[in-house]
Amino acid sequence: MANETKRLGMRLSVAKAYKMYVGGAFIRSESGRYYQVSGMTKGSADAEVVNIPLGSRKDARDAVLAAKAAQHGWSSRSAFNRGQILYRLAEVLESRHEELVTSLVRAGATESAAQIEVATAVDRAVWYAGIADKVSALVASHNPVSGPHFGFTLPEPTGLVAIVAPESPTLLGLVSTILPAIVSGNTCIVVAGESDPRTAVIFCECLATSDLPGGVVNVLTGRAKELGPHLAKHREINGLDVWTPDAALRTQVERDGAGSVKRVKTHGAEAIAALRDERAGQGLGFVERFLEMKTVWHPAGL
Amino acid sequence: MATQRKSIKRTDAAKIAASEPDLGFTGESLWQYAPSPESTDHVVLQKRYELFIGGKWVAPKSKKYFATINPATEQVIAEVAEGDAADIDAAVRAARSAYEKIWSKMRPSERAKYIYRIARAIQEKARELAIVESMDGGKPIKESRDFDVPTASAHFFYHAGWADKLDLAFHGRPYRSLGVAGQIIPWNFPLLMAAWKIAPALACGNTVVLKPAETTPLTALLLAKIFEEIELPPGVVNIVTGARATGAALVAHPDVNKIAFTGSTDVGKRIQAEVAGTGKRLTLELGGKAANIVFADAPLDQAVDGIVNGIYFNQGHVCCAGSRLLVEESVHDIVVRKLRDRVATMRVGDPLDKNTDIGAINSKMQLDKIRALVAAGESEGAERWSSPCALPKKGYFFPPTFFTNVAQSSRIAREEIFGPVLSVLTFRTPDEALEKANNTMYGLSAGIWTDKGAKIFWMAQRLQAGVIWANTFNKFDPSSPFGGYKESGFGREGGRQGLSAYVEVG
Repeated sequence: MANETKRLGMRLSVAKAYKMYVGGAFIRSESGRYYQVSGMTKGSADAEVVNIPLGSRKDARDAVLAAKAAQHGWSSRSAFNRGQILYRLAEVLESRHEELVTSLVRAGATESAAQIEVATAVDRAVWYAGIADKVSALVASHNPVSGPHFGFTLPEPTGLVAIVAPESPTLLGLVSTILPAIVSGNTCIVVAGESDPRTAVIFCECLATSDLPGGVVNVLTGRAKELGPHLAKHREINGLDVWTPDAALRTQVERDGAGSVKRVKTHGAEAIAALRDERAGQGLGFVERFLEMKTVWHPAGL
Repeated sequence: MATQRKSIKRTDAAKIAASEPDLGFTGESLWQYAPSPESTDHVVLQKRYELFIGGKWVAPKSKKYFATINPATEQVIAEVAEGDAADIDAAVRAARSAYEKIWSKMRPSERAKYIYRIARAIQEKARELAIVESMDGGKPIKESRDFDVPTASAHFFYHAGWADKLDLAFHGRPYRSLGVAGQIIPWNFPLLMAAWKIAPALACGNTVVLKPAETTPLTALLLAKIFEEIELPPGVVNIVTGARATGAALVAHPDVNKIAFTGSTDVGKRIQAEVAGTGKRLTLELGGKAANIVFADAPLDQAVDGIVNGIYFNQGHVCCAGSRLLVEESVHDIVVRKLRDRVATMRVGDPLDKNTDIGAINSKMQLDKIRALVAAGESEGAERWSSPCALPKKGYFFPPTFFTNVAQSSRIAREEIFGPVLSVLTFRTPDEALEKANNTMYGLSAGIWTDKGAKIFWMAQRLQAGVIWANTFNKFDPSSPFGGYKESGFGREGGRQGLSAYVEVG
């Protein structure tokens, strides 16, 4: 379309630079590296071939700093407030429905599959928004201990979770992995699907306009094989959620995560496919993956 | 100005400390106790114990046995089979067969009744189990009798009741048992750790291969006798004694669905790396270096009791021990003084004596480790105080000890000593206390001592630890989830939350 426009001497469209999203800012890789993604651009101002930052290990470490800086503020927001922000995200996703569909189609989805994926993603965001202030009621407990003590157990976020997002479903994959992590107060670093991360960048634009504080979700573009193991070894990262059909990569991050006793969850092709399912693709279990249970005791007596 | 005020406060505290009467709690002179040994007459140990596999006592394929000694006397008390990979394989096969043919098919209410039977039998044999626990591991009889054994029984009682209520436990979500659970337990609470592991596994419909610790295998074997006597179906629980290689074979066995490990962080990391890519479920309960934080507004006498319980319980062989005492600077001197007076009265000696407060260190190896870390503390410039109590001539003993003037960077403030050794540090503000408390790779437990409720909650929300004891310490209950943050491991034991370790929930 861009070429056609030029030929006809009409207005030249303004193409978007696709960048990573770290600490609330859209940035290029510190390494200056890039890779190219091409695809059909129906309805889009983009060029046929776009340059995508090829995120480096240093970018990953910088993202850790950004996420760590955001951790305390995000986890100490009220659950109600986190729910409101996720609901706002659902609103923004809905408002960009057409753009998201276009982006999914250009990455290879059929029009009808893309329509379903975007609709499901929006509904899933609403679902997670609503669970923010119910998680505690569902997993906490009063513990009827023997003896003169009052004891209870409450959920807390694990901390910083690194996510390797599935290639496909792209948008639904991001929504299904990021939202259950952040709804309880975790922050995250996400490696976007490598083959066409443009939808992930549009998703980041939605995050950036949803009142989500910068640094809560940080999205890197690049190679999962390069960034995944580096994140798995990073001692400041508490959890890993890796969605890839690549069994060797799953094994590697599980092994690399052991060095700092990370909570490592890996998911193969079957689990990735299940994300499309309205029921199997969401749930309390997704939230529980990155919760820690804290038990508190106090004597009860005079 | 602030500094000046602090220094005045500190002087006041020192004055108060100085004005308290010296009760002369400096040795044995005032506090002689006649020996009060628990009778061991009715406890008959076999000379040799075989492996418990498929409901039968079988000799190890290697024909190898190792001695288990009483750490208080250094005498051999029994010989125990050393299981190897072939024995582990036999045990896993037995567990698999029992899982497929019996345990997973049994009505949950029937499973529950077997577990209730185990709980009852432990109560009936409580004294025998307590005596053997103290003989094999060195812990004071008053602890094995009043804590380890009753709590072990309570864990079976508690989990028995869950067996037929799992559909209530997960909000109606679908769940299924995992299969064969391989469980590796430590030597500090041998019977209790066996109960923590076996009870939830069985309640959730799994079968078990348990590897007890090398230095404390006996109570697990007595537990196997209980399984026989209550007619637990063969193969539902298999006990394979041995050392590290035995545990490694269990972790590596391809037909094990779940590994549960309690022990050191080093070994836990190796296990986590080993199971990578296998799809085995894993829970780890690892080391700790808990901060026990005493604010100036705390009831100090109660706090001192809590400090003592926090670090000297079970010779300090406790992963959640309050091994880093953080004291608000203004009360440092008085707390240290009270602590010294209190600890000097503690009786160290025969674990089977009912008056003993601190028993034997579990093994020569552990005693050497404690000595090495204490030497490191001294060479790094901390001030050591050890109780002047007399120690028995034979056996592995270490006097209750604490260090003051400990730097955060010191090994004794960072590494888990797993012995009766406390490191005392100070702080001035709650923020500083929090910063120091969280400045560790561990996150198992923490203690808070203050009279201000709001301060307790403020601290409890910010301490990165799985168990927070406020104005108490080292309390455990089967209904109360226990487990770590960070490098202290993952997964919980106890409570409804602990069930998740043994089921797959949809």
